[in-house]
Amino acid sequence: MTALISRPNTEPDATPRLLEAERRSRRKKAYERPGMLTYALLAAFFAGSAFPLWWSFVIGSRQSSDTNLVPPAILPGPNFLDKAAEVFATVPFWQALANSIIISGAITVSVVFFSTLAGYSFAKLRFRASNGLLLAVIATMAIPTQLGIIPLFMLMAEWHWIGTLQAVIVPGLVTAFGVFFMRQYLVDVIPDELIEAARMDGASMWGTFWHVAVPAARPAMAVLALFTFMAAWTDFLWPLLVLGPRNPSVQTALAALSASGGQTPDNSMVLAGAVLSVIPLLILFIVAGRQLVAGIMQGAVKG
Amino acid sequence: MTSSTLTRPARVDLTFKQKLARFDYRVSPYLYIAPFFILFALIGIFPIAYTLNVSLYDWHLLKGQGDFVGLSNYVEVLTDPFFWNAFRNTISIFLLSAVPQLVIATGLAALLDQALRGKTFWRMSILLPYIVAPVAVAVIFAQIFNQYHGPVAGLLEAFGLEPIRWAFDVLPSHFAIASMVNWRWTGYNALILLAAMQAIPRDVYESAALDGANKIRRFWSITVPMIRPTLIFVVITSTIGGLQIFTEPKLFDGRTNGGSDRQFQTIVLYLYELAFPRRDFGRASATAWILFLIIILAGLINFAITRAIRTADAKPVPIASGPAVAQRAKGAAS
Repeated sequence: MTALISRPNTEPDATPRLLEAERRSRRKKAYERPGMLTYALLAAFFAGSAFPLWWSFVIGSRQSSDTNLVPPAILPGPNFLDKAAEVFATVPFWQALANSIIISGAITVSVVFFSTLAGYSFAKLRFRASNGLLLAVIATMAIPTQLGIIPLFMLMAEWHWIGTLQAVIVPGLVTAFGVFFMRQYLVDVIPDELIEAARMDGASMWGTFWHVAVPAARPAMAVLALFTFMAAWTDFLWPLLVLGPRNPSVQTALAALSASGGQTPDNSMVLAGAVLSVIPLLILFIVAGRQLVAGIMQGAVKG
Repeated sequence: MTSSTLTRPARVDLTFKQKLARFDYRVSPYLYIAPFFILFALIGIFPIAYTLNVSLYDWHLLKGQGDFVGLSNYVEVLTDPFFWNAFRNTISIFLLSAVPQLVIATGLAALLDQALRGKTFWRMSILLPYIVAPVAVAVIFAQIFNQYHGPVAGLLEAFGLEPIRWAFDVLPSHFAIASMVNWRWTGYNALILLAAMQAIPRDVYESAALDGANKIRRFWSITVPMIRPTLIFVVITSTIGGLQIFTEPKLFDGRTNGGSDRQFQTIVLYLYELAFPRRDFGRASATAWILFLIIILAGLINFAITRAIRTADAKPVPIASGPAVAQRAKGAAS
């Protein structure tokens, strides 16, 4: 979009209005309204995107034997609340929900705060070795930290944290990516003069950060918070290792639920559980879906 | 005011303040980055580095550190047919997910890169699967691809075809697992590619249209070359994520670690099985480092290809690095 707006105007100024109109009509030609085929394909893709979720809800509100109907069952039945009650009777789902909210919330607050702080320092403050340290941050972004699970597990056992929430929260407290992301945002968005002015007015460094940088950083903080929360919420491998079955997250509870029936699982109940596990992020999607889309697309052009 | 007894303490006070301000100015930048570096050293760098140490010992989950064995854990892993089985499975699942995903995402992005009515709705609609956690995706798709009772089985039966043993045969299981990855990530990647497409100046299309190039020609001659750096970026993140895939194969058959006969055991599942059910931290750590090196190697290969193409290309579109993108690299593995 910026390319469109900032494109240098090479046309002569003599008859700008006429040329503008002509250009607009030409642009419309290259950027034309799509036909029905486009909408049909997009609708088909949407159907494919929604089908697994919808079908889970349908089966979760009917009975297990309806899974192989042809064509697949598409209308929900009356049993969803019963199946949900079974889910709650099989795994401690409320506790899992509370745990996941605490874990994801704590990780999000921590990542956003420390990333904004360090990102601001890298973007706007002058100090020795800042370039070298920033390079270190970028280099560590590429390290698959997930491969450090064995020593991390040993550490958690050493500290007697196995089975506790902090065993999941502490390894998620900071990300190199968050620092880089905030730095990239703040470097453009705060004019150096603004920080100078705040200092001239006698503001302390912390005061400048809090009253100048944080308000300016808010949009990026919101995007970072959204994606950090989702990543923490959907994480599975690490919570599986350190959270016991008695103190699960939503993901480990759902995994336990899917294994609960042994050789003859109640598929309908398992799918009802899958639907229940999706509801929190579904609400987030309805509230902040636009921001998610914008975040992904912004990330793709900023860098 | 002019009395020296009044100004003197005031000046002392001022210089102290000035000193404090200078101290504040010099030290604050370090204080602000310190929490990140300290915490990251503890939870990011130390574990990876210490994995190297563990990999050089006999090391049991419960009994702890044993004898120093040098590189023999690495030799054992690299001569273990199950490791190579996991390696093949990982590559196979990765290819089955990355290739169709990239093709469909590019097409989808091209569809969205038009003057659509309700464009926000369409963009959101393709992102819906992304909010479903891999655990739920795996649980749902294990039902969809159930050999006897799922809708896919029903469909095959309706066409009079033999049932496919999704959870038992190698290639069908890879296909089922790849379809989980594809379902969750295609729309997401389409949005990244869409952003790259929208950064292409419209007048390039305009002049091509005036020269008589039709839509398909414009797509292949303008769109694809212009978004190539972003395409490569998507490939890199999918590679890093794909090599670490765990949740989907683990929960496709939750009672096993990648199938009754390891038909879909991936490298991280192999690592998991060594470390926890079999309690062999030494060999599991060696596996972690081997995978680490594989990922670095894959990154370098991608980087070399990117550079080769960059130098051949006239005008690169900025490469992606959103918050979501980093999650992409992490997320597929979670």
